[in-house]
Amino acid sequence: MKHEITLTINGEAITREVDSRLLLVHFIREHLSLTGTHIGCDTSNCGACTILLDGKSIKSCTYLAVRADGSDITTIEGVAPDGSNHIVQKAFHDQHALHCGFCTPGMVIRTIDFLKHNPNPTEEEIRWGISGNLCRCTGYNNIVKAVQQAADEMQKESV
Amino acid sequence: MFNCKTSPEIGGMGHSVKRKEDARFLHGKGNYVDDVKLPGMLSMVMVRSPYAYAKIKSINKEKALAIDGVLAVITGEDLAQYNLHWMPTLLSDQQMVLPTDTVMHQSQEVCAVIATDRYIAVDGAEAVEVDYEPMKAIVDPFKALDSDAPLLRPEKEGQKDNQIYHWERGDRAKTDEAIANADVVVKERIFLPRIHVASIETCGCVASYDKDTEKLTVYLTTQAPHAIRTVVALVAGHVGLSEEKIRIISPDIGGGFGGKVPVYPSYVVAIAATFLIGKPVKWIEDRSENLVNGFARDYHMDCELAATKEGKIQAFKVKTLADHGYTDSSANPSKYPTGMFSICTGSYDYEHAFAELDAVYTNKAPGGVAYRCSFRVTEAVHAIERMVDKLALKIGKDPAELRMENFIKKEQFPYSSPLGWSYDSGDYHATLKKAMEMIGYDDYKKEQVEKRKQGKLMGIGLCTFTEVVGAGPSKDFDILGIAMFDSAEIRVHPTGKALARFGTKSQGQGHETTYAQILAEELGISYKDIEIDEGDTDTAPYGLGTYASRSTPTAGAAAAMAARKLRDKGKKIAAYLLEVSEEDIEWEIGKYFVKGAPEKSKTIQDVAFAAYTNIPPGMEPGFEATHYYDPPNLTFPNGAYICVVEVEEATGAIDVKRFVAIDDCGNIINPMIVEGQVHGGLTQGIAPAMYEGIEYDDEGNVLNGTFMDYLVPTAVESPHWETGHTITPSPHHPLGAKGVAESPTVGAPPAIANAIIDALSPLGIEHLDIPITPAKVWEAIQAHKK
Repeated sequence: MKHEITLTINGEAITREVDSRLLLVHFIREHLSLTGTHIGCDTSNCGACTILLDGKSIKSCTYLAVRADGSDITTIEGVAPDGSNHIVQKAFHDQHALHCGFCTPGMVIRTIDFLKHNPNPTEEEIRWGISGNLCRCTGYNNIVKAVQQAADEMQKESV
Repeated sequence: MFNCKTSPEIGGMGHSVKRKEDARFLHGKGNYVDDVKLPGMLSMVMVRSPYAYAKIKSINKEKALAIDGVLAVITGEDLAQYNLHWMPTLLSDQQMVLPTDTVMHQSQEVCAVIATDRYIAVDGAEAVEVDYEPMKAIVDPFKALDSDAPLLRPEKEGQKDNQIYHWERGDRAKTDEAIANADVVVKERIFLPRIHVASIETCGCVASYDKDTEKLTVYLTTQAPHAIRTVVALVAGHVGLSEEKIRIISPDIGGGFGGKVPVYPSYVVAIAATFLIGKPVKWIEDRSENLVNGFARDYHMDCELAATKEGKIQAFKVKTLADHGYTDSSANPSKYPTGMFSICTGSYDYEHAFAELDAVYTNKAPGGVAYRCSFRVTEAVHAIERMVDKLALKIGKDPAELRMENFIKKEQFPYSSPLGWSYDSGDYHATLKKAMEMIGYDDYKKEQVEKRKQGKLMGIGLCTFTEVVGAGPSKDFDILGIAMFDSAEIRVHPTGKALARFGTKSQGQGHETTYAQILAEELGISYKDIEIDEGDTDTAPYGLGTYASRSTPTAGAAAAMAARKLRDKGKKIAAYLLEVSEEDIEWEIGKYFVKGAPEKSKTIQDVAFAAYTNIPPGMEPGFEATHYYDPPNLTFPNGAYICVVEVEEATGAIDVKRFVAIDDCGNIINPMIVEGQVHGGLTQGIAPAMYEGIEYDDEGNVLNGTFMDYLVPTAVESPHWETGHTITPSPHHPLGAKGVAESPTVGAPPAIANAIIDALSPLGIEHLDIPITPAKVWEAIQAHKK
């Protein structure tokens, strides 16, 4: 069964017709060709598909596209203007917090949401805060450092 | 540490320059296989067996084909018409592409459904009716050789039982004699279970055959695109796919770790499908398909270590049973069916060793492929490092002291090991000493005494490993007959910028940065001005790919050698430009100058420009070089890892308090990237040590085939890693480098296991197999309390 959904994606309002069973991640990747959102597990464990929905990080692999009707979505492609870096993206680059890059978009999105709620986290809090996102390459040391750097820079910026 | 010879702006060896490849990944613009979208592309989904061992009585496609959008259901019978239903593995065994009559493991591919989109293909797969007749599966490898065990591979010529091969190396008689006469012998059966690399990107492909040009293009999650191209030509040559018409493109790869070396059956089915249908076909594995198919390890090792009562090691013997599943699809060099397992004598100097191994078939997924170590070094190191600790416990000696007393001394390199390797370099004493100082070993030993008085369980574990990587010298190392060289091709453009292409393929290792740094070191062109390209067989020079920590030892060396060829040509051009003879020209990084008159000089950029614009008479124009590097020996990275844990007696909970890793990977190209590789490898070391293991029930059902129940460590399970280095440059590598990415995966599990077992040793616990989970610890504590 088809449904019409209207939502905002990376600042652009769109209307599309989708099947009831279409997953949000497939809608984003296949219908909108925003392939920065990845699929790693199909069971909400790995977090490669993390996006911001109405400002909250969610895993789009277990979320129906129809349910996103009326929402405001930001994917990795929309966190910073073209050719520039969000503070979190810059921190990941500076701290060598990515290797293969597959988990990176989800990790960056999750970090943005996490720091909104906890702008001055301890290492322990960071580790729990990103524990819904798996990285198989980095061993997390440098991701933790990147989140710390981003937190510091955001604090400075807000002063 | 390493002294940089170039400025940070040039960014040669030793500079922690930031990675050139980061921007596209950070912005969601990486191009992974699942991001490839071709016009008219179809989707393929596999129907898989619910049984571990069953006859296929019939496959009914009708209901699937009746679904709008389902275009084809491809079975083994369909492929058999083209003789494509079996394919060779990398180790001269045979693997089913699709079965015609029998399925050999749970989740084996049974048939493929091709549809206009993935959702419809899944509907089609559910509508296919397969009638199975289940049979009693062999799950326990120790029962595979029983006289009443069913013969699993009757189609294989000469196969009378379920043994795949017997392998041995060393002197059995002398080793037995040394063990019989030794003061002390410690024994243990050590099991390293099945694990899966579980890269966050699963495997997949987009196969596209153009009937007009007769060209097959395959976008593939592969670490070895050229080798795959040759395999496809060998497997499908008879249906008209010849090698010049096959293009394998390995785009961005979301983690490999060895899991993306083999040819998986679904790749071949997708290729067959596009060939038959004439439209591009995409297949993307889901996580369960990924976890359940292919594996690493699964070695049962009976170990004996003999020593004098003072602790001088005299002999090591290991007898292994290897469970390969229903076919041997190991990705090992063809003369080395057990990979480099014979590195199992470790970092210690003694005379006698013997290793033997029997590989058997069972009704499990085929393997063993890699888990960030393809060539069985992890198994070998775990065996010797556990046994050395067991010896220390037995004779009551500090494990660090025991290791120090038995280490190969730095003046003994190159060292001939009892099982035939020539270790190139190392300073094991210095490396362990550095690790002990960094962690504060002596203080922890004192703290442990205090804690034990209070009845607390605290453990300190060591691992001092020797790795063997960089395969390899062509006289010994080949895959399917193809020598394991690797290659680099450099083109310096007229403006002095460069493009370099390689036969390897990065999956996150940072080749676009580190190869540029090698060339910056050799040519003096800034790493920023050098573009690195890999992974497309139509453009890259032939190479065997990236796995087994071989890129720096082979392709990195090729880059240096190709650059040196360019420098030689450049010297002639510089002599012409400066109007002196070639003998009067000297090189310092980035420029040629006249001996004794350094003000008369030409930069590498001047020389490159002249190679296209002002060519010396008689010289071939252009400024390009290619090198195929055949290494003279393997490299032997090594390290000393120390882990401190506390175990809670009431619950079995394990807390990793500290972990220090000192690695000697020779000269370092980019310290930031090397450290990152070590961090990642350590987490892939704690994973099998404490969390991961693919488990089967008695009927061959996989019990933990999703991320819901196969615990890949998160940032919470992964401790804070502390790293450091010693450097003994490889004497035979042009850059003195050794390779690093697998060392931590090899070294971490025994260090962690040794620490936990050390914590439990006051209770009388002498060994636990990995993964050492809280439940396993708790059970062991209860058993020893009784």
